[in-house]
Formats: sequence, C-alpha cells, structure tokens
Amino acid sequence: MNLTLHVWRQKGPQDKGKLVTYPAKDVSSDMSFLEMLDEVNDKLIKEGKDPIAFDHDCREGICGMCSSVVNGRPHGHQEKTTVCQLHMRQFEDGADIVVEPWLAKAFPIQKDLIVDRSALDVVMQAGGYTSCHTGGVPDANSQLIPKEIADFSMDAAECIGCGACIAACPNSSAMLFTSAKVSQFAVLPQGKAEAKVRVLEMTKAMLDEGFGNCTNHYECQEACPKGINVKFIATLNREYLKSFI
Amino acid sequence: MILDGKAPTGPIETSWDRSCFDKKLVNPSNKRKFKILVVGTGLAGGAGAASLAELGYNVESFCYQDSPRRAHSIGAQGGINAAKNYPSDGDSIYRLFYDTVKGGDFRSREADVWRLAQVSNNIIDQCVAQGVPFARDYAGYLDNRSFGGAQVSRTFYARGQTGQQLLLGAYSALSRQIKAKKVTMHPRTEMLDLVVVDGVAKGITVRNLMTGQIESHWGDAVVLATGGYVNVFYLSTMAMGSSVTAAWKSVKKGAYMANPCYTQIHPTCIPVHGEHQSKLTLMSESLRNDGRIWVPKKAEDCDKHPSEIPEEDRDYYLERKYPSFGNLAPRDISSRSAKEACDDGRGVGPGQRGVYLDFEDSISRLGEDTIRERYGNLFEMYEKITDENGYVRPMRIYPAPHYGMGGLWVDYQCQSNIPGLFVLGEANFSVHGANRLGASALMQGLADGYFVIPYTIAPYLASITPGTVKDDHAEFKKSVEDIEAQTNKLLSINGKKTVSELHRELGQVMFENVGMGRSDESLNLALKRIPEIRDEFWNNVKVTGESKDLNQQLENAGRLADYLEFAEMLTTDALHREESCGGHFRIEHQTDDGEAVRDDENFCYSAAWEFKGAGVKPELHKEPLKFENIKLAVRSYK
Ligand SMILES: Cc1cc2nc3c(=O)[nH]c(=O)nc-3n(C[C@H](O)[C@H](O)[C@H](O)COP(=O)(O)OP(=O)(O)OC[C@H]3O[C@@H](n4cnc5c(N)ncnc54)[C@H](O)[C@@H]3O)c2cc1C
Ligand code: FES
Repeated sequence: MNLTLHVWRQKGPQDKGKLVTYPAKDVSSDMSFLEMLDEVNDKLIKEGKDPIAFDHDCREGICGMCSSVVNGRPHGHQEKTTVCQLHMRQFEDGADIVVEPWLAKAFPIQKDLIVDRSALDVVMQAGGYTSCHTGGVPDANSQLIPKEIADFSMDAAECIGCGACIAACPNSSAMLFTSAKVSQFAVLPQGKAEAKVRVLEMTKAMLDEGFGNCTNHYECQEACPKGINVKFIATLNREYLKSFI
Repeated sequence: MILDGKAPTGPIETSWDRSCFDKKLVNPSNKRKFKILVVGTGLAGGAGAASLAELGYNVESFCYQDSPRRAHSIGAQGGINAAKNYPSDGDSIYRLFYDTVKGGDFRSREADVWRLAQVSNNIIDQCVAQGVPFARDYAGYLDNRSFGGAQVSRTFYARGQTGQQLLLGAYSALSRQIKAKKVTMHPRTEMLDLVVVDGVAKGITVRNLMTGQIESHWGDAVVLATGGYVNVFYLSTMAMGSSVTAAWKSVKKGAYMANPCYTQIHPTCIPVHGEHQSKLTLMSESLRNDGRIWVPKKAEDCDKHPSEIPEEDRDYYLERKYPSFGNLAPRDISSRSAKEACDDGRGVGPGQRGVYLDFEDSISRLGEDTIRERYGNLFEMYEKITDENGYVRPMRIYPAPHYGMGGLWVDYQCQSNIPGLFVLGEANFSVHGANRLGASALMQGLADGYFVIPYTIAPYLASITPGTVKDDHAEFKKSVEDIEAQTNKLLSINGKKTVSELHRELGQVMFENVGMGRSDESLNLALKRIPEIRDEFWNNVKVTGESKDLNQQLENAGRLADYLEFAEMLTTDALHREESCGGHFRIEHQTDDGEAVRDDENFCYSAAWEFKGAGVKPELHKEPLKFENIKLAVRSYK
C-alpha cells in the first residue's frame, strides 16, 4: 500500500514545530505502524535528512514507551491497542495519516514525537507504593485475598503509564492514571494502612504537576490501550472523600 | 588462569546462611557515607537500588528509558518460580535447586543456585507485601501454574503480565526511595563506559540522551543490572533498546565475559513474516500448559488448512519423543525439535518456518472461557500481529532468540573480576548454566536485587574508604574524551548503509550460523563474516544529526558497534566448546537420535573470556565446576 504521512517535526523543546508531509511507499499490511515509520526513517537517513524521533522500546504493547497521536487519536483508532501494536492492515491504501506527539501542558515536547512524561513518575513518587521494607514481611498466604478482589486490583494495575489518557482528555487530566494506582492498593489489605495519605498525596501531586481536573468526558477510557475502566475514577473519588472522615 | 568463584564449602543447605554470618557488615551510621551507582532499573536494578537505599546507602540509578518503570523486565509474561510448595505437590527448596541445576545442563555453580532457590520464597512474600496482585483462587489463596522443565506447579503469575506487575512493585519501592531522596534517578541516560582507577571500578561515563552531553559519575561501587544481549541476533524478543553496551564496555576495561555462547532460543514465538520486521513477539511458554504442539506427518499436508489434517496424520512430536514431559519439555529441547521438524520439510506457514500450537483439546475439555481467562491477552496479541484467531485455528509458532544465559563473570558475591564492579540479573552469568528454565529469570532478578546484593556488597564496602576517588580524576576525563571521539567518528563516516541494515546483516549471520544448531563450519563462517560487517560498519555506516542533541541513530549506532565486537567473542566461545549442552548445540556432538552429548571430562567449566582487542582472539580463563550435591548425569526428559 501507499500512504501519505503528515508528521509533527520539532527540533527541540524551545523550537516551533510543524507538520511535514512524507510519502510512505510499498508499505506491507503486515507491518506495524512503527515498522512503517522505521522504513520512512531509513529513507530519510539515506537522503541525509534527520529521521523522525519517536519513543518506543518493547514493541509489544506493555512498556508504555510509544506515544503518538494518529489521526487525532492517541495510539490510533484500533481499540485497546498501543501504536506499536497497531498494524498497517488497519489502514486503507492511499490514506493520509497525521502523526503527532501527546499534547498536554504537563508533557513538554522534546523533539518531534517525543515528550517528557516525568510528571507521571512524580505522581507515583507521591504515594504509589506500600511502605514495606525489603525483608521482614509476612508469608504471602497469611492474608487471604478473594479472587474478585485480586482481579479488581489487577484490572487497575494493568495500566502501562503511557499517558494516552492524558493526551485524550480535553482537560489533560491524569485522573485515570492516578485512580488506577489508588484503586489497585485501596482494595488490598496491604494497601489499606496508607490509603488516606496515598489518595491525598497523589491527587495533590497530580494537580501540582500541571494536570487538569476531571470533568467526566471519559475520553481517557476510550483511548486507553489496556482498557482501564473509568469506574476506578469513582473509586478514587470515594477514597478521597473517605480520607476526610 | 583458573578462576575461583569463592563459593562457600560445606553443607549446601546452610551455605548461604553461613556466608551471610561470616560477612563483614557496614555500620548503619557509616552507610550514608557511601555512594553506589546502580545501572539498570529492571527487576534486578530496580529492586537492588531500592533495597540498598532502604539500608541507608546513597544510590544513583540509571536507565535509558524515560522512566524506570519501562525496563525490559516489564515484558515478561508467564510467571515467577518459588519453592513455596503451596499446592503440596512435592516441591521444596531442594527440588527447585535440583531442577535448576539439571535444567541448566550442569553448567552452573551449585552454591549460587542453592541461594536462589532458598530466597525464592522471600520474593513472593515481598511482592505480595508491595501489593502485587498475583492470581488467586476464590478462597483467596495464591494460585500456581506449571512451566517447562518442572513436574511441580511452582509458578506464581499475574495474568499474562507477571513481569509488568513485579517490575511495578520494584518501581514503587524505588519511587519511595526517590521521594525519600535516598535515590537520585537518571532516566534517559545511557552508560557508555566504566571508569576503572588502579584496577578498581570507580564510576561510569554516560550520555544524556536528551541533550547529548557526555557526563561522569563517580561511585564507591558500580552495580550493573543492564539486562541481556540477544539483540546480537537483531530479531529477538528483547526490547529494541536492549544492548550489551554497558557489559561490553566493562569487558573492554578488563571484566571477563562468561559463557556468552549459552543463548536461549525460545520455542513459542510468533514466526517471522517479512523483511521489514523489527522484533519478534514471544507467546508465553505457559501456553504449553494447555496447547499441544504438532506438525503434519506428511510434508504434502503442510499447505492444507490445519482442520483438514486428521488426527492420525499429525505428529505431536514433543509428546512422542518426551512422554514424561511432553509439551512441557525444556526450552532448548522444544526449540530444537521445532527446527528439526521444519528442516524435515514439515513446517507450516510462510517459508514453512512454523509449527502448530493447538488449543482445540483444552477448549473442548475446559471451555473457551477458561482458556480466555488464562491467556486472553496472548490470544489478542497473536491476532493483532497475525490477523488469525487462535481459538478457532491453531496458532503458528517458531523459536526466537530470547535470553542470554552468559554474561559478565561474577563470583559468589556477584562481584566481577574488577573489584567494585558488581553485576546482577540477566547481565551476569551466574545461575542458569547452559539453559534457563521458564519463570526463573524473574526469580533471579529479584533475588539478586532484593536479597543478595544488599548482603554481598557489604564486605567490599567495609574494606574501602568512601569517596576517595571522584569525577575530577584523570581517568574520568580520559573516558569522556574516548567516548566523544567515538561519537564524532560515527557521525563523520557518512556512508551508505543505515544502522538497522547493518544490524540486520549481523543478525542473519548470527541466527543462521550461531543459532540453534552450530558446527565447526558454520562458526568459522561467522568468524569470517562478523569482522567483514564490522569493517563495513566503520567505513560505510550513515548516521545523521548531531552529537549534542537527541539523536536516536547515534544511540543505535553505538549499540551496534559493541554488538559487532561482542558477536565475535560469543562465536569464539561457541567454537571452543566442543560439546552440546543446554542452549549450545554443536551438531558434531549428538547421539544417533539427535540428543545433545555433553562432555564433562573436558568441558565441565565456565569459560570466562578476557578481551585482547577488537579482532584479536580473547584469552580463556576457566572456572572449574564441582557438583557435590547433584550427581552429574545425562539430562533426560524422556
Ligand atoms: C517477552 C519476554 C517474556 C519473558 N517472560 C519471562 C517469564 O515469564 N518469566 C521469567 O522468569 N522471565 C521471563 N523473561 C525474561 C526476563 O524478563 C528477563 O530476563 C529479566 O526481566 C531481566 O531483568 P534484568 O533486571 O536483569 O534486566 P532488564 O529488565 O532487561 O533491565 C535492564 C535495565 O538496564 C538499563 N540499561 C541497559 N543498558 C543500559 C545502559 N547502557 N545505560 C543505562 N541503562 C541501561 C535499562 O534501561 C533497564 O532499566 C521474559 C523476557 C521476555 C523478553
Ligand atoms: S513500545 Fe512498548 S508499549 Fe509500545
């Protein structure tokens, strides 16, 4: 297939960026989206031009490194799919494809499609853990956790921290991301002791880092490649209220 | 030279406890005077950095990704072993020890494996305390599954994302220490050199990947937990940025590389489908719990739809050849059997490099819902990549490079032959011998990080004065100049081939000649081709852009430059090892029915190689292996 790409090019954090058009010829439908970009880049390099910079690592949809907005949607239009797992058979021959970086105040663009997501790490540092020391913990089976609870916790824990939820949100809110971590711990006996401090500290960090508020658009859930459910936002809100009781 | 692993002697059951007691300690109030550099934030590095910081040491932590949470460990799917014996099916620390030594084809150090088996139980406790949501049953107890090479159920898992959950656990512990200011985190920072002062590791030289600045960092000890090297095959299951660079640069500073030829080719990966492919995707081996592997008995059936091939015309070759382990035979054996079936003209799919992994029986026995519950995400991933539905049509799989059992040589304390340089996780060579069993890498990473390094680093630190060498030392300056010179050289070649083209060429040579079946002829061919590709690289590669900028081509070029040297050492190791063991199969050394023939008389040692210059034959040092607890025996899974 033959495609026309319109890719966001920006030299550095301080520079102005713009969309630049590139043809992508003889693309195989078995290629992943990033493999298609690899081929375009190999051509650019041979022409002595600067290749398109984009983040990626595992290419298996789990590390959360890849982060492009494809045709206006974070990770592209395929449901529950990261852009590294998006395959070209999802596009029509002759299509025009617009590729942009995550756009959010808290994610400054570094170069082309690469943004700085360290704000997410700061939110995690604020309370995304149980304060256990290495060693000196009880036997793993000493506290029983029924399957439904373990499953609920795991549903939340599946978040890969890519930031698509924030890129999709009109307010650039990090509510889905934060709520997933709060919820994972909230239901586990191991997480209960610090539940109050955790929810307060993490939501505070979220706002301090420049993420917006949640006004229930639920675009985040649509964009999430792991299908993290907005019900976790309700859990966070409940935990937040509970922390004042 | 004969190397000494300094493993404790005496009864193995008490070896680790005795060794801990004998170790010198660092007084609690002195710990904060030491600075430790930990390179890598995977299971080994993340857990190590967090645990060392909790003890009071000052830690600086490095990774090349934008966040420590994205280390390659995140991709592990299937599970983690421990000798908890919760199912009461006959497991014990001794059995896990036994299985790991035997699974490694008797090429690992017994005491190290014992320690791993012993602390495996603490790992599960630790992770549960961190809030890792392992799979549970309805009553609330932890659930287990089986993995290859074991006849007990000892694998703990979190759906198909065990590595992710364990890594997020380690990342949470690390985050807590970053908040507490005991760890300084340097993401998007790549180690490009080890700084050695008077024979002792004293720091590292790194490139800030966002600005291109080359920077120095000093430390009282350097801990490498930089993962594995099988991207030397280009197509592999490793993350794209995984490299041998940190380890190789240490080798060039005098560290020994042990057993690099022990590479694991994983049996259950999605087959290659085209030239443009950038990586291979693993389908967790846990699928072999419920999937049956087969190929058509007759070559002429290969193009038929699998449903048209009747039961009697299918060859369930693992069940046939290894009746007691069947589809759960260890990885090296399963991979080689798949290759043999395809070499025999009975492979399926594009290029006939594939075998079927069939769930029909288990779906009719357990129902599709149960299978979906167990492996749903793997079926989804398979469909995204191949456009085929694994519930209705058997999956196609083929072996792919997956893991390097070899790595930097370390003694029982995880210290390399360079004092002050410690190596953890996949980056070292210690516990898996010639073959790693499934679910044992996660176990090793966390064992090394949480429960080994905090103890084993203490005697070294107790023997030195902290902060004596800092980054104003001449060796640091020299290292920065060397790295800048290499960077400038790469940018100035301005040839015709891209880094990925040359990497693909290297990978093809390695997979074909140094892959699942190796011969004197193929290895010598590789030793001829590798320097040719290296020469072409240094004369004809094209790297655009600038050094003081975010430049991903430059990053890739540096990694490939190191692979092009390392590949030669790996191949030299494979050529010298005139036996077949584990992941190293020399076709000259096999029985009439194709089983590996090990040579304990001549090769019962770890081979540690000393670098003597690019293109110069490295020097071999041997560490003899003694088996005092488990009798050396032919490894049989029949
Ligand atoms: C697809 C897949 C599935 C797997 N499934 C399982 C499983 O089910 N069970 C199991 O036991 N094992 C499994 N494994 C193997 C296991 O995941 C790895 O062996 C293990 O996670 C390695 O951990 P590590 O901490 O040693 O290194 P890694 O997790 O590879 O971490 C390496 C770290 O080093 C950093 N780094 C590397 N080089 C540099 C440098 N030059 N400068 C700075 N930083 C650097 C990286 O940024 C990263 O943080 C699987 C592997 C793969 C690929
Ligand atoms: S590259 Fe890892 S999730 Fe896409």
